Amino acid sequence: MTALGKLLRTTAFQLTLVYLLVFIIFAASLLGYFALNTRRLITEQITTTVDTEISGLREQYNLGGIRRLVIVVDLRSRRPGSSLYLVTTATGEGLAGNVGSLEPGVLDHPGWLETNYRRLEAPEGSDHHALVQVVQLPGGFRLLVGRDLEERERLFGIIANAGQWSLALVIVLGLAGGFFVSRRVLARVEAMNETAQTIMAGDLAGRLPVAGTGDELDRLADRLNAMLQRIEALMYGLKEVSDNIAHDLKTPLTRLRNRCEQALRGSPDVAAYRAALESTIAESDDLIRTFDALLMIARAESGQARDNMTEFDAAEIARDVGELYEPLAEEKGITLKVEAPAAAPVRGNRELVSQALANLVDNAIKYAAPNGKSWNGVPAEIVVKAGNDGERIALSVADRGPGIAEADRGRVVERFVRLEQSRSEPGSGLGLSLASAVARLHGGELKLEDNQPGLRSIIALPRAGPAGAG
Amino acid sequence: MRLLIIEDDRDAADYLVKAFREVGHIADQATDGEEGQALALDGQYDVLIVDRMLPKRDGLSIINTLRSKLVETPVLILSALGQVDDRVKGLRAGGDDYLAKPYAFSELLARVEALARRPGKRGEETVYRVADLELNRLSHEVSRAGQELQLQPREFRLLEYLMRHAGQVVTRTMLLENVWDYHFDPQTNVIDVHISRLRSKIDKGFAQPLLHTVRGAGYMIRDGAR
Repeated sequence: MTALGKLLRTTAFQLTLVYLLVFIIFAASLLGYFALNTRRLITEQITTTVDTEISGLREQYNLGGIRRLVIVVDLRSRRPGSSLYLVTTATGEGLAGNVGSLEPGVLDHPGWLETNYRRLEAPEGSDHHALVQVVQLPGGFRLLVGRDLEERERLFGIIANAGQWSLALVIVLGLAGGFFVSRRVLARVEAMNETAQTIMAGDLAGRLPVAGTGDELDRLADRLNAMLQRIEALMYGLKEVSDNIAHDLKTPLTRLRNRCEQALRGSPDVAAYRAALESTIAESDDLIRTFDALLMIARAESGQARDNMTEFDAAEIARDVGELYEPLAEEKGITLKVEAPAAAPVRGNRELVSQALANLVDNAIKYAAPNGKSWNGVPAEIVVKAGNDGERIALSVADRGPGIAEADRGRVVERFVRLEQSRSEPGSGLGLSLASAVARLHGGELKLEDNQPGLRSIIALPRAGPAGAG
Repeated sequence: MRLLIIEDDRDAADYLVKAFREVGHIADQATDGEEGQALALDGQYDVLIVDRMLPKRDGLSIINTLRSKLVETPVLILSALGQVDDRVKGLRAGGDDYLAKPYAFSELLARVEALARRPGKRGEETVYRVADLELNRLSHEVSRAGQELQLQPREFRLLEYLMRHAGQVVTRTMLLENVWDYHFDPQTNVIDVHISRLRSKIDKGFAQPLLHTVRGAGYMIRDGAR
């Protein structure tokens, strides 16, 4: 398609054309109405004037006969800007007046008519148009009175002229404007098209250009960019998952396979086989657990778990999870306390939030007291809290252990990241990523803070408003 | 116990039939939905094990048909779709229990046995008794050899569940689902600690232990003298 063809096919240009047409029709009818009315008004004025003159002249005739009429007409004819006068005998012989020539037969028809005439002194060929009335006087004389129509025609001409010019101007300006606007729109849409093309070709980092004017195209571009951002994040997540699966699931699979091979290679001993099989089952159970956690994270991140959202009390979750883990903590010599005095309404997936909090408590129990019952002399203690944090509900787990260095805090939320010091503990390394994915699914976030000493992990969730009670 | 396994993977079904026979149950198998439904409608079985994704007729619609024809045989849904919402969907469709693949046979066995006895009279009894251990469900009192025991509310529910299934293996996930109402797998075995607490309250100081650990499967309360 040619550039012009493209331009003519834009919605903006087509709209311009439609508006232009509507405007032209409107303007033309307005001008026409105006011109016709003016013409009618002028005509009326002429007929009134002529009527008055005729009745005056009739009176003169009645008073003093033809002699007096001729004198009066002669007088009036000489005034500048005078009307047209002609007094003739019944045979058409001129007696007085300022009309030199007329169209033939005019005088034979009494009444109103339009005719061409020439004034007495005017040169040959300078004919004018006039509106005249012819009356029959008693005694066979004829009287013609009229007014030149020059004025009326000139005015009409001016209006017609102005109309033509302004219409031409409107068309030119309208077309140019439409052209300009369409080109601008087209250029921007074209830029968007090109970006979309590169994005489709695989460059997910591309973003649509935003002109910064805040108009509808900008808003559209903003929305699409936000969408692209989300798609990119999802794609990145997917890639990350597959990379991690490749790494962290293949490693235990390899271990599993090696163990089986080793058992087969060794001496055929029932006890050894049994031990190998048992460790194979244990290893595959771990694999299943990791796999489940990955699936759940993927599900939470893609927003699929949004179906099962209900309103529940986060304080109750804190108490339940605390109660579930309290004996385990006690066994490890850790004091576990729950502080959830007031109701903390949250709308979401109860099961997922419970699991996220359970993961945080589980982590705290694993890392709160690396060498027994205390860390650096501080007795091991875990506080599970549910409460208000401004507009949000915060579910937090705080320990007094070694914590996580600030530089590492962002990293540990990623899938499978396990800091060196935690390698010895069992676990898939997915606990924090799951908690983070769950928080984001609910429109909240997972924050890791310094508990001075220790780590405080916080799941901040939007508070369920009273409106959301249903 | 007579079981019907509706599962389209022949290997998996054969394995289950064999495994159930080894522990003394009779198991039939059907490899597609229509055959499974026809067999299940006979009503000759104690428990049905139904896969969700089956050729010809899916598992949930089989359950629907059974329930609409007033066949109340307990159904355990066995499915690769194991997320919380899948489970909710399966139970809403009329399933009595839900187990995600892959599973441990000991887990499946424990659940099937629990289901087979489910409608029994145990559910309506006010007082559960195992040897000299007594649990009153109305007054929430627990005593052993006439001596009253102080239990926390959760410990009470744990013991109640174990005693309702006295003589049967109860797995950790069954406890987590039925006592705590959680369907996820806590990474550490928190249940074990709760059990050992409970055990210290009901067995400590008594010659005969009642709460047993079944290796590789779970726990069981039974009268050791039997």
